[in-house]
Amino acid sequence: MIRRRIFLLLLICFALVAGAAAQGGGELRFCLRSEPKTFDPLLVDDDASLSIRYLTGGVLVRVNRQTQALEPELAESWKVSKDGRQITFKLRRGVAFSDGTPFSAEDVAYTMQRVMDPALHSSTGDAFRSGNGAVETKVLGPTQVSITFPAPVVELDRLFDQVAILSAHSPNKEGAVLGPFMVADHKPGSGVLLKRNPNYWKKDSQGRPLPYLDSIRLDIQPNRDVEMLRFKRGELDLINSIDTEYYDRLAASSPDLVHDAGASLDSEFMWFNQVANAPIPEYKRAWFRSTGFRRAVSQAINREDLSRVVFNGHARPAVGPVSPANKFWFNSRLQAEAYNPAAALQRLQADGFKLENGTLRDKDGNVVEFSIVTNAGNKYRERMAVLIQEDLGKIGIKVNVVTLDFPSLIERIAQKFNYEAAILGFFNVDLDPSGQMNIWLSSAENHAWNPQQKSPETAWEAEIDRLMRAQASAADPKKRKESFDRVQEIVAEQAPFIYLINKNALSAISIAVEGASPVILHPQTFWNAERLTLHSTAQASR
Amino acid sequence: MSAARKLACAVLVAVCVGSLAADWLAPAGYAKQFREAPSAPPSRQHLLGTDEIGRDRFARVLYGTRISLLLAPAAALLSTVLAALVGGLAGYLGGIWIRLATALTDLFLSLPWLFLLITVRALLPLNVSPLFSVLITFLILGVLGWAASARVLSTSACSLRSSDFVLQARASGLHGARLFFVHVLPNLKPVLYAQFWISIPVFILSEANLGILGLGVAEPMPSWGSLLRELEGLISFRDEPWRLVPLFLLIVVMTSFQQVLSKEEVAA
Repeated sequence: MIRRRIFLLLLICFALVAGAAAQGGGELRFCLRSEPKTFDPLLVDDDASLSIRYLTGGVLVRVNRQTQALEPELAESWKVSKDGRQITFKLRRGVAFSDGTPFSAEDVAYTMQRVMDPALHSSTGDAFRSGNGAVETKVLGPTQVSITFPAPVVELDRLFDQVAILSAHSPNKEGAVLGPFMVADHKPGSGVLLKRNPNYWKKDSQGRPLPYLDSIRLDIQPNRDVEMLRFKRGELDLINSIDTEYYDRLAASSPDLVHDAGASLDSEFMWFNQVANAPIPEYKRAWFRSTGFRRAVSQAINREDLSRVVFNGHARPAVGPVSPANKFWFNSRLQAEAYNPAAALQRLQADGFKLENGTLRDKDGNVVEFSIVTNAGNKYRERMAVLIQEDLGKIGIKVNVVTLDFPSLIERIAQKFNYEAAILGFFNVDLDPSGQMNIWLSSAENHAWNPQQKSPETAWEAEIDRLMRAQASAADPKKRKESFDRVQEIVAEQAPFIYLINKNALSAISIAVEGASPVILHPQTFWNAERLTLHSTAQASR
Repeated sequence: MSAARKLACAVLVAVCVGSLAADWLAPAGYAKQFREAPSAPPSRQHLLGTDEIGRDRFARVLYGTRISLLLAPAAALLSTVLAALVGGLAGYLGGIWIRLATALTDLFLSLPWLFLLITVRALLPLNVSPLFSVLITFLILGVLGWAASARVLSTSACSLRSSDFVLQARASGLHGARLFFVHVLPNLKPVLYAQFWISIPVFILSEANLGILGLGVAEPMPSWGSLLRELEGLISFRDEPWRLVPLFLLIVVMTSFQQVLSKEEVAA
C-alpha cells in the first residue's frame, strides 16, 4: 500500500515537472536571411519584414496556415455584401494594444485609410484597389465597422489576413501592436528581439494567456552554411526553409530534426521566347511559337528524374500554374505531363521536323539547337538545365546551358528579349489566382514568354485574358474556380510555361521546440508561434 | 635541379599525362548521367563516386584537369604576348609611350576584375557550344590579364634601353624594330618566361573563381572551377572526403608550378 502511494506520488511529481518543462517562458531563436526593410506593417514587401509582421501584427481575420481556411481573430464575425464591394466586421471587446491603448473600430478605420492612401505606396493596399474611387470606412459603433470599396474586390475577406491593425490614438504609432509579440530591440545588421505582448488577447483552451514564449530572437544571417552550423550547435531552434542537400545531411544524422511538409506553392518552370521583335532567328521564333514544339519539349523532359535526382525526392512533378498544395484552386482533373520521348518525337515529326543521324532538323533543314539561360549560383536550376539538356539530346535537340548573373539575366529576358529559353521559378505566397493577374494577362509585364502585348496575339491568350478578368470580377467562388480551372487547362494544352517541379517545404526544428507543426504556407515553422513552447532543458542550457 | 623541383616536374607531367589519357582511364565520359546513382560514394565503377546528378567524378576530374591545364597556359601565352607588346615596346620606346603604357596598365589593374569578367561574359552570345565557351572564358582571361606582366616588362625594357650593349648597337647604326627584336627582346626572355609561368596558376584560379560563381565553362564540360563548386555547403570533410580531390589536385598543381620556377625566374 505504502509502495503504491509512493509510486503515485512520484507519478504526480513527474507529471508536474513534465508539465512545467513544456510550458511557458524561454526564448526562441532563429534567423532572418536579410535585414527587415521596414517595421511599418503596411509597407512590408520583403521576407524578413513579413516574418516580423506575422509575429507582431494583429489582424481581423487569419488564414489558418494548416487548413487554409479563414478564421476570426480580432473580428468575431464579418459579412461580405453580395456585390463583393462591402465588408462589415464585428470586433472583439476588451482588446488592447501592447502599450495598453484600447482597440476599437476607429483603429480599423484609421488603418484602412492609411493603407489605401496612394501616397503611402503600400503593396498591401494595392491588393484592395479594384477600381477608381475612394474607399469609404464607416464606424458603426465601438465594435462595428464597415468598409466599402468602389468596385468588387475578389476574396475580400481573405485579403485582411495581410492587414495588421494600427492604433489611431497610441503615441507609439507602429510600436503599439495587437499581435502575440512586440519589437523590443533592433540592432541593424545584427538582429531583432521580440518580446511577449503582455496585453495579447488570446488565451489557450485552459484559459492561460498566450503566447507561451517570453521572447523571440531573430538573428540576421544571410549565409545558410553558418545558419546550419549554428542550428547544429544548438544556438538556433529552427530553420524556416532549408535546401534539399542540408535537409538530407541533417536527416542522416538527426532525423527527428527535419520536416518535409510536402509540395509547396513554389514552382520551377521553363519557357521559350515568343516575343515578335526579339533578336532571334525567324526560324527559331517559328519553333518557339509552335504549340506542337513546346508540347514535344515538355513531353521529352523527365520530371520524375528532376524531382528524384536534383531535389533528392523532395519535389514533385509540377502539373501547372497551381500547385496541388493549393487545395481549393488546383485543377484536380490535370496531371503532370508524362515523360514520353517517343511521343515527343512523333509530335515533332507531325510538325515537319526530321531526326537525321541523331540530330533533329526542321522542315527547312535547320538544326534544332537553342540555349537555356538561368541565374548563376542557383545550383538546382543549373542541374535541372543539365538534365533537360540530356533529355532533349535523346530526341536530337541540342541545348546549350548558359548561366548568367541575375541582373544580366533579367535585362535579357525582360528588357532586351535577347534569349531563347529560360528556367526560373515562382515563389508563390498568395493562394488566390488574382495574385497571378500580372503573369497571365497578355498585356502584363510579367507575361514572360511575350509580355506587354497591345492586343492578344493568339486566340488562346485572348481566352486566358477573358477568363482571368472573369474570375477577378466574379463574387461567386464556384464561378471563379470554373474560370481558373479552364485557364489551367489552356496552359496545359499550350505550354507557354513548361512547368517542371513543385519543391517541397523543408524545415528544421530543434527537439527543444514543442508544438511545432510545419506547413507549406509562409511562415512554415512558426505560423503558430503563440502556441510554441521550449523545453526547460533547452532554456537551462543557454 | 633541386629534388623539390624534380618532384614538382614529375607531378605536373603525371597530372598532364593522366588528363590526356582521360578517354582511356575514364571511358564513362564526363557528361553521361548515371541517374540511378546520384551522389554515390566511390566504387569499382566510379572511383571517386558520382556528382549530384550522377556523373562520374573521376572522369570529370580528369577531363576538367585537361581543360584547365591546356587552356590556362594558352591564356598565359596570350597575356604574356600582349604584355610584351604593350610593356616591352613602351619600355623600349620610352618618353610619352612609357607614360601611356603606365596609364593603361594602371587603368587595367584598377578595374574590378571579377565584375569586368562577369560583365564581358554576360555580353557574349548565348548560343555557343560548351567547347567554345571554354575557349571564350580563357580568351577573356588572357585578353584582360596582361596588365601586371606589362608593368614588369616595361620596367625591364626601360633598363635595357639604357644598357651599354643597346647604346653600342645604336651607335653602330641599329634602330627601330631590328634593334628591338635582335637585342632587346632576347634579353627580355627570362622575364617573359617567368611572367608566363607565374600567369598559369593565376588563370587557373581565375577560371576556378568564375566557375564557383557558375560563370565559367558551360555545362556539361567540366573544369576545376565547376568541380570546386561541389564543395559549396560541404560542412563535414569526414563524411565525403573524396569530394575534396579536385581541391587537393588544384593545390598540388599550384604548388608544383611554384616549385618548377627557379629562384632566378621568380626574382626576375
